[in-house]
Amino acid sequence: MKASSVFAALLALAAAPAFADVSLLNVSYDVARDFYKDYNPLFEKYWKAKAGETVTIKQSHGGSTKQVLAVADGLDGDVVTMNQSTDVEFLASKNMVAKDWAKKFPNNASPYTSTMVLIVRKGNPKGIKDWNDLAKPGVQVVIPHPKNTGNGRYSYLAAWGYALKQPGGNDRTAQEFVGKILKNAPLFPPGGRDATTTFMQRKIGDVLATFESEAELIAKEFGRGEFEVVYPSLSILTEFPVAVVETVVDKKHSRKEATAYLEYLWSKEGQENAAQNYLRPRDAEMQKKYAKQFPAIRTFTVDEIFGGWTKAAATHFRDGGSFDQIYEQK
Amino acid sequence: MIEGRARSEPRAVRIALTSIALAFLFFFLILPLAAVFVEALRAGIAAYAGALTEPETLHAIGLTLLIAAIALPFNILFGVAAAWAIAKFEFRGKSLLITLIDLPFAVSPVVAGLLFILLFGAQGYFGHWLQAHDVKIVFAIPGMVLATLFVTVPFVARELIPLMQEQGRDEEEAAISLGASGWQMFMRVTVPNIKWSLLYGVILANARAMGEFGAVSVVSGHIRGETNTLPLHVEIFYNEYNMVGAFAAASVLALLALVTLAAKSVVEWRMRVETEMLSAGLSPEKGS
Repeated sequence: MKASSVFAALLALAAAPAFADVSLLNVSYDVARDFYKDYNPLFEKYWKAKAGETVTIKQSHGGSTKQVLAVADGLDGDVVTMNQSTDVEFLASKNMVAKDWAKKFPNNASPYTSTMVLIVRKGNPKGIKDWNDLAKPGVQVVIPHPKNTGNGRYSYLAAWGYALKQPGGNDRTAQEFVGKILKNAPLFPPGGRDATTTFMQRKIGDVLATFESEAELIAKEFGRGEFEVVYPSLSILTEFPVAVVETVVDKKHSRKEATAYLEYLWSKEGQENAAQNYLRPRDAEMQKKYAKQFPAIRTFTVDEIFGGWTKAAATHFRDGGSFDQIYEQK
Repeated sequence: MIEGRARSEPRAVRIALTSIALAFLFFFLILPLAAVFVEALRAGIAAYAGALTEPETLHAIGLTLLIAAIALPFNILFGVAAAWAIAKFEFRGKSLLITLIDLPFAVSPVVAGLLFILLFGAQGYFGHWLQAHDVKIVFAIPGMVLATLFVTVPFVARELIPLMQEQGRDEEEAAISLGASGWQMFMRVTVPNIKWSLLYGVILANARAMGEFGAVSVVSGHIRGETNTLPLHVEIFYNEYNMVGAFAAASVLALLALVTLAAKSVVEWRMRVETEMLSAGLSPEKGS
């Protein structure tokens, strides 16, 4: 029987790309694939030239909270590249990532940023221009679940921060304002991508709140004729923190490569790659070069308004937090 | 008696019932299946072939086959052994064993996956020991095989138990008394008696092994080109707005299902022929 040779062939197929000098695993959030698909070959080439070493980079993508849980459970990611610092913070609390991870790299360890924008149907039939239009009666809003998706959390905090910055704004008015918006949300899709499909494919809702970078992916998939992007007067700066997983690089002896992999995100090539994937670069020169692509927008950070992610998560998204309070009234 | 009553139903009722059944089949089985192929071929054959020959997709297909190839022999071994013990012998705890065999049917696959994380994850019961000895189970192929084994364990045993109970132990006893060794008896008497049911169980187990999503998803770690099976790959493609890729991968799974169905029908037919030859009253326990 040829069973054994078939088996051997399968085994070879399943275990094929394992002959590089070093292999890094990047555990990342759901929608970062396009970015890293382009970035990894850049780094592999750079590292080959610089250190003469062949590095193979593997990717694992999924909901970001699920991903860090997997790392804590033993998924051997050399680095984590996430979309909210609570997730990296979680690994720091498990002593898998340095406590001062945000200081290990420039810009809060976030190599690029994005912001929350509003996607409306072609021609903007409901005349949506700003966050306050989302609170008006008769407007249907689509946002992913604010309790457990980065996308939904950022939208929630963006609206909250916007309300705070209005004349006479305080926590009470902000909660009322966000409550009105949530009342206009017929459903909370469980993830960023589901929200997009709900809005674009199932044609539910008048407005979708999502990352600026995601808007470009929507254009790529669904064509530009279907929707318009609305930049609100004020929005939230979304950061994408990266960190080396200490326990893994110690075990795999890959600290040098893993650190270089993340550092290179701040290089000209890395920054340009971010801009090409519609993520706002940190590098001033690249910002200028791609200025047309990124309209100026006033933003605030989670740190400025909410005193950091840990506090924001505790106040708003923990059980019994502001989201639950609003939701129970609804 | 029952049959007589069914025949006496008015024609209109029979037609109505048949149309409801057919309409249901059409909307819930045929239409979605057709949609998979239509969507997969939406951008043309070249795009379809392109999506399927992408290295990550090829790897996912290879890994899916590999996991099934490892899981199935274990299933056959365990299924035959368990069915043999249950059907031919009386012992204490027999009903407990039967319940345990059915457990994977009752437990949600996601829970099954989490169970393995709880046992073998870095924070799990055996996590420390495994890490200290550099053994990887979860987020690697061994964990995925375990998860697949867990969800497929009942199929072979469940197929064999009723048949072996029906057949009793007379033929085996006759073989032994005529001087056959245990192994000869097994190969020449038992296996020929159960081969079609065994094959039937293996086909079902194989379909489940290749199609399993929940349990495998939890323990996979989703490393592309390393721990990504075909069903997981469908989800990845879908989440990347790569509809052609998602449906192309799904169409491979659908084709697999069709092949399974065909194989199952052939086996069912053979089983019926053989049982009719043997005796009148024997029929496969369930046709699911």
